[in-house]
Parts: sequence; structure tokens; C-alpha cells
Amino acid sequence: MSTTVLDEKRGTKTILSGDQALAEAAKMANIDVVSAYPITPQTIIVETLEHMIANGELKAKFIPVESEHSAMSAAVGASAAGARVFTSTASQGLALMHEVVYIASSLRLPIVMAVANRALSAPINIWNDLSDAMAERESGWIQFFVETVQEAFDTTVEAFKIAEDPRISLPVMVGLDGYILSHEYEPIELPFQDQVDKYLPRRQPTVKLDPAKPVSMGTLGPPELYFEIKYRQERAIDTALPIIQELDDDFAQHFGRRYGLIEKYKLEDADYVLVTMGSVSGTAKEEADRLREQGMRVGVLKVRLFRPFPKQLVVDALAGAKGIGILDRSMPMGSSAPSLAQDVMASLMQARQYPTSIVSFVSGIGGRDMKLTDFEQMFQEIKTAVDGNIAYRISYPALRG
Amino acid sequence: MTELYKTIKDIPTTEGILAPGHALCAGCGAGTILNIVGRVAGKNVIVVSATGCVEVTTTYLPYSAWRVPWIHNAFENSAATASGVRAAIDIMKEKYGYSEDPRILVVAGDGGTADIGLQSLSGMLERGDRVTYLLYDNEAYMNTGIQRSGSTPYGAWTTTSWEGKPEMKKDMMGIVTAHHIPYAATGSPAYILDLANKVKKALDAEGPSFLHVLSDCNLGWRHDSKISVEVTRLAVQTGLWPLYEVDHGVTKLTVPVPKRKPVEEYLKVQGRFKGLTPDRIKVIQAYADQLAQRFGLGPVG
Repeated sequence: MSTTVLDEKRGTKTILSGDQALAEAAKMANIDVVSAYPITPQTIIVETLEHMIANGELKAKFIPVESEHSAMSAAVGASAAGARVFTSTASQGLALMHEVVYIASSLRLPIVMAVANRALSAPINIWNDLSDAMAERESGWIQFFVETVQEAFDTTVEAFKIAEDPRISLPVMVGLDGYILSHEYEPIELPFQDQVDKYLPRRQPTVKLDPAKPVSMGTLGPPELYFEIKYRQERAIDTALPIIQELDDDFAQHFGRRYGLIEKYKLEDADYVLVTMGSVSGTAKEEADRLREQGMRVGVLKVRLFRPFPKQLVVDALAGAKGIGILDRSMPMGSSAPSLAQDVMASLMQARQYPTSIVSFVSGIGGRDMKLTDFEQMFQEIKTAVDGNIAYRISYPALRG
Repeated sequence: MTELYKTIKDIPTTEGILAPGHALCAGCGAGTILNIVGRVAGKNVIVVSATGCVEVTTTYLPYSAWRVPWIHNAFENSAATASGVRAAIDIMKEKYGYSEDPRILVVAGDGGTADIGLQSLSGMLERGDRVTYLLYDNEAYMNTGIQRSGSTPYGAWTTTSWEGKPEMKKDMMGIVTAHHIPYAATGSPAYILDLANKVKKALDAEGPSFLHVLSDCNLGWRHDSKISVEVTRLAVQTGLWPLYEVDHGVTKLTVPVPKRKPVEEYLKVQGRFKGLTPDRIKVIQAYADQLAQRFGLGPVG
């Protein structure tokens, strides 16, 4: 791969796929342990890391576990012993991990996990949607969804900083859209190693499994204590929000790229706003530009940090909108509304901020392409709902038949 | 080469890894086993517990009976958790000059090992991770109230085998040794010196090691708690629980039984075998005879 040196802050420029960028980020973060199991479309991340270890680029232990359940279990053990730990998975793998995903956050163990978001079976489907990560939305993990390969790299490096901050001490999931990002090649700026080392020094755990100072982790929590323990855990993820903001600013200081917890795209005067997460945000923004040329005042709100949900930022960003569309890429399956829509609507209601219309969009399921025309349709539907004074409706763009 | 204890007096009398005040039942085999294991292991050990009797009785918050670092993750994943701890310790030594070399010890029951945790155990053994895995086998899901497991013996009553289990006990040693690990052994709390030496060898092994120790549960086996040790001794003397080791592939009987007792003597003291028909007792005797032939025990007499 060809590499161009830019400047001191921006490092070098090269071309990587999303999966490769993730592996590069874990390597530059100087991870100690990686435990992972192959599953499409994240496999390239782990095989790249194993290769980096084999050829001496990265000094770390690779645990070739026999399942994703064991991948997360070993990650818990390694993090409890004080190591910097990375793993990655997708779809069925994350579903199989589910039990231990909750334990990792409950034990307050910093672990960074990349999830190359993919649909859940059945029918088996190896393509993108967010149903795997959405099933973990109340697991107590910090959850990011990224839009570009650069953002995937940057967010992963940042994720270690967030996870290991002693004020937070929680695991972080970085969601990148399966295939759409995991297998797509994009130009990317890679910082120099000493920049990352300076930003992210060696992990300093406050508590770890150490014979010199014995602790018991994962004990039995009886009814007279369990509730308080879980309450404190919930406070931990809630109060992490301003710290994540602070650390995001810190990242920008070090590397010159700022993402924010949300991204407001042409929202200042927007009547119709589409709320998105992940790689589709790019397409949404492009369509917004096109519609604005035609005189329609539209904008896009990208939610980058999904857990903890940045309620106030979202509410403020949507303040002027008459109609709000919320794009979910997982099936609501009997819920009152799809996942992201629930969060956005609850946040608005808590702030007594009621737009004329809210439209829930469910699309991009199981790898269904999301085209510019789909986004055009969505913005039009939001406008139609406002014109018709419809409080709420759900729509399935690109659904056939 | 591990230096072995010659007599029971050579076993350290220092305080164990488990403090008094845990909530294990009176006469519980696991308590005796952990007492011996702890004295041999010393304090430079990290324990990983599977969900089960030992886990719930030793860590009822806000208390913990563990004098050494301890982690419980879930039921079926203690082996994988231990792999993670091992990897972390090894790489921190390599990268940061971390000077400790603690032993990693898994403590798990038969449900967490032979049934739900079998995959995780197999993975750990196959990867060659330097972990000592202690299976305290009380031959059923005792923590949830005596349900049959893959490790429950033929003919035993449990709350999910009311007529006596119709299937045979799973051969965990066979499964484990099929992974070509350096050291595996059976043990019994009734044979302390034998068990202590096996713990020592297991902890010193250069790769994964496995200790399969029969752990009496008087509640589930239905007998007086006073005879707990005697019951596990009878298991050995009837040939139903041969004490042997597989050291780098070489199988060796460690406690010879020149004259075996008939299996009835083991069965009749336990309520779980009450009411077995003569035909079913014959099946159990035939199983003991088979084990005797395989491991070189003497005849019944």
C-alpha cells in the first residue's frame, strides 16, 4: 500500500478498508490481548491483528477462542487481570456473546469491541443492518456508530481512552456497517505511533486480579445490595456523557479531527430533519444537499454516540424542525417504535418539545441497498406528514411488494 | 521435576486460599478439596470460579471468603476466562516486566465442566493455555437442587431422574486426555496425600492440567454428613473411582486397590441409590469391573 507523509499532526495518508483500519487502530493503541473468533464481515480485523502479532509489528497475545462466547469471556478475564483488551464480532457472534457482554460492563471492565454490524438470523444473512448491536443497547456498554473508515479508526483509538478513563471504566462498542464500511476502501490519515502513544499511555487499572492485593470480582449480589449496585452502574454510564464529550475534544486537540457526539448537518434553518446513524449518514447528507438546491430546507442529524444517549444534544439539535424522520436499520418487532426512534421521541417528550410530525423509517435491513432516491422519498414523506398534520407514522422505504 | 510430598506431614499447614466463614454445607467435599488445594497452591494463585456451589457460598456480598484474587464470570465460561487471565499475565510479563508468575486455577463443578462448560474447557485445553482446571464432581446440579448432569452416575436418583439415571456417567478424563495435555488426574478428598501430590504436579505443569476430584454432597447423595469422607473412600475401594494420573500420556494407577469391595457397599450407604434392582446393581458392578481391568485394580474379594 502506498503511503504519503502529510504533517506532524495528521501523520500519513494511505488507503484502507474499514476492517483494516480497525486492526490498525487496535495495533496503534498498543493492545495487550485480543481474543476473537472468525465471523463475516469482521474476520479481516482479527486475521490482520494475528498477522501483525506473528510478524512482530504488535506485541500482544492472540487467543484463538472456540466461540464468541469464549471471546468475550477471555476478554473479561484479560481485562480483569489488567491488560488492554480488544475483540471484534458481528451478528450471531454478538448474540452468542450476549450473556458475557452484560457481565463485562457490570464488572466495569474496559474492553473495546468492534462490531461489523450485520443482520441476525433467520434467515441467515451476512449483510448489513444494526439488529445485532441494537439487541445490546441496554447492556451498559458505551456504543458508537461510525460513518467513514477514518471515523472507524479514530473512534477505536478514542474508545480505549474512554473505556480506560478511571471516571468511566466501562467497555466500548464501535459499530461499523458490515461490508458497506468493513470491506470498503477509503483514503485515511493515520497518525504517527508516537502521537498515539502520547495520547494513550499504558493502561493503569485501579483494580485488577493481583496476588499482591487480592480482590473478589463477580461475587453473589443479594437482594439487599443488587439494586444499589445496578443503580451505581447505571449512574456510571449516564455520568460518562460529559466525560466522553471532554475526551472527544481532547482527541481533536491531539489529532486535529473532531466528530462530536452528534453531527448537525445543515440544521440551522431545517424544516425537515432526518436522524441517522452509521454509514448511511453520508448518503443522507448528499441527498439533503440536492434537495436544498431545489429549495427544500432539509438537514441531517447524525447520532454518533448512541449509548449513553446524548439526549440534550439531540433535543437542542432538533429544536427548529417541523418534521423529524428517524431512520432505524433494525426491525421493531412489536415495539412501540424502532430503537433509535424510541430514544429520540422519549428525549423530545422529556423536553416538552413536540414537532408537528415524526416519521419512523425502517430500511436497509439485511443488506438492502439504501439509495439516494430512498432518502429523497424519506424527506418527502416527512414533509407530507407535516402537511397532513400527522403526529406519527412508520414507513418502510425500499420494501418490495 | 516436581518434588512430591512423602507423607501427609509434608503438606504445608499454612492458611489456605479459603478463609473460614464460607457457607458450604457441613460435610461438603468441595470444602475439604479446596482446603488441600489451597495449602499446596499457596497465595500466588488467581482463582476463576464457575457458577455453582463454591461460587455462591464463598462470595455472598458484602463478604468474600477468598484470600487470593478471585473472579467469577458465568457458568459455562470459566476455562475461557482463565485463558484471558493467563494471556494477560504472560503478555504483561513480556511487555512491562511484570514480575509475578501466579498460577491460574479454575474451580468448577460437574455441570459447569462436563455439560454447559465443555466447549469452553475443550478450547482452553486445545490451545495449551497454562491453567489448572479443578473439577469438583458432586455428580449432579447440587446448587440448583440435585438435578442430573452428564456426570451423574448410572442408577442415581436426582430430581430429574426419579427412577435412577438410565445413562452412564460421562468419562471426563477420557475427553480431557484426548486433548494431549501434559497432566490430568483423578482425586479423592479421602486420599489427601495422593490429592496433594496431584495438585502439585498439576500446578507445575508446563501447559493445561486437569484435576477430576470426586466431591461428596451428602445432601444430594442422601447420607449422613458424618460419613462424607468415608463415602468417597468407598468409591475408590469398590473400584468405581480409580485414582490415577495421565502424565504426558502415560497412565498410572496411583492408589492400588488389591482387593476391591463389592459396589453394594458404596451404593447402600447412599439414599440416591435406594431401591436399585439387582439387575441394575449388576450393571454398576460390571462397570466397576471394567474400570478395574482398565486401570489395574484387584479382584472383588
